[in-house]
Amino acid sequence: MESTVPPAPAAALPTPAPAAEVVLTVAGISKSFGDNHVLKDFSLTLRRGENVVVLGKSGSGKSVLIKCIIGLLKPDAGTITVLGQPVATLSHVALDALRAKVGFLFQSNALYDSMTVRENLLFPLRRHWLADHQGQEDQLVLQALDDVGLPQTIDQLPAELSGGQRKRIALARTLIVPPEIILYDEPTTGLDPVTAREIDQLIRHVQQKYHASSLIISHDMSCVRLTSDRVILLSEGRSYAEGTYAELLASTDPIVHAFFE
Amino acid sequence: MPPVLPTPPCCPLISPATPMPASTFFTEFRAMTGFTGRFFREGFRPRYEWLELLNQCYAIGYQSLPLVGITSFIMGLVLTLRLRPTMVQFGATSWIPVMVGLTIIQELGPIITGLMVAGKVGSSIGAELGSMRVSEQIDAMEVSGTNPFKYLVVTRILAATLMVPILTLLADAVGLGACYLGINLQGVTSVALFTNNILGRLTFGEVLPAVVKTFFFGFAIGLIGCYKGYHASKGTQGVGVAANSAVVLSSLMIFLLDLVAVGVSTAFGLI
Repeated sequence: MESTVPPAPAAALPTPAPAAEVVLTVAGISKSFGDNHVLKDFSLTLRRGENVVVLGKSGSGKSVLIKCIIGLLKPDAGTITVLGQPVATLSHVALDALRAKVGFLFQSNALYDSMTVRENLLFPLRRHWLADHQGQEDQLVLQALDDVGLPQTIDQLPAELSGGQRKRIALARTLIVPPEIILYDEPTTGLDPVTAREIDQLIRHVQQKYHASSLIISHDMSCVRLTSDRVILLSEGRSYAEGTYAELLASTDPIVHAFFE
Repeated sequence: MPPVLPTPPCCPLISPATPMPASTFFTEFRAMTGFTGRFFREGFRPRYEWLELLNQCYAIGYQSLPLVGITSFIMGLVLTLRLRPTMVQFGATSWIPVMVGLTIIQELGPIITGLMVAGKVGSSIGAELGSMRVSEQIDAMEVSGTNPFKYLVVTRILAATLMVPILTLLADAVGLGACYLGINLQGVTSVALFTNNILGRLTFGEVLPAVVKTFFFGFAIGLIGCYKGYHASKGTQGVGVAANSAVVLSSLMIFLLDLVAVGVSTAFGLI
């Protein structure tokens, strides 16, 4: 495994201080589907305000990892601690309360087809009773839409939006209940390069505005370069290499090099 | 000379009628039993999704009304017109309201309503939940702090269970109205005589099993539609399979439940 070396001077974006509080710990998790061992003793930590990208080939278990973190899948072994709470042992009520602090941007956006943009955003808001009256709800919806630059789509259905717009609305839905951690599952997959870069900038903007920690699953190298404070390369179900983008770019390891060349 | 292509190995055609292996049947049966158990465990514990339940009652009940009404009307009219020549031969035309009434209230009303709702609502629930499953909307709901089973499944099953009996009663009324119309197309009968003729000969014991079984019809339609949709997989193809199998299985289940209802009614001396 590549050793972590001091942060590269080329890093233009702020890297959180090493002493920052750890908000997410994944300790030695394994997950198999039948004979397919997807994750094998995988570990990572995420600190407050940090953007960590998990990089890996398609089918390497990145999405499984992120679903284990949010409690949609249960790891076969290992522990996951989110904001100091062990996910596996939480009751449904406690898990729901924890999920209010963790945003999840799905690869497929997962917008509710039958609801307008406004209703999509109101859904998590109302589940967590975060607004006292309709005026406040409207204000929060508009603020979230402003954050992603799409206030004009408020009464449209997801089917009427482009792929990039749907991604932004999905991000707005994630932000409307202010998260402490945001999990991004391949945020730029299926988007054209221009829109993908806009999403990358939006991820950075969100990090700065909400001071949220982000775990980003991606194999889009531009996304990795633009959004990461730290990169973890997932290979064969294990953490193969870890460092800043610049450090891994300079690596001579053939597997790491294959991604960065 | 054209290349000689190898002969493809002979393989059986897979048709929709391909029987399910016994092991798959039992696995499916066990999963559905677990799903039913989960409904009873989660359905009667807070948090209750009243608003979504009302939405589903509207979608399943009110929006099915035209379809159920039209089919019941045609059923009542056709039954009356077809029955009349035979009854004339036997000189028993005065029995037409009772015969049609009993047939509609006890059997055809519940069955036709059940089948119509299974076709319209069962497939719709299967496709909707299936589509939500494959596009990760159900996962998104869970991540939003919502129990998708309560929000999507419990509300739909309860709404179907409550709405099918109400639709059946309305279908019975429309069918009897059509019967009255059919009688008056070829003769004259007053409304009072018609209703007295039917109500005077119907007993509570004859009506009760017909109403009670419709709750089970509704429950089966909601349960099967939700089960198939909630467990859909394999992308858009899986959505189609979920919708299709929801209709087929719930229609079959309606006939099976009807058979059971007749058996139970007979055993208790209600028929």
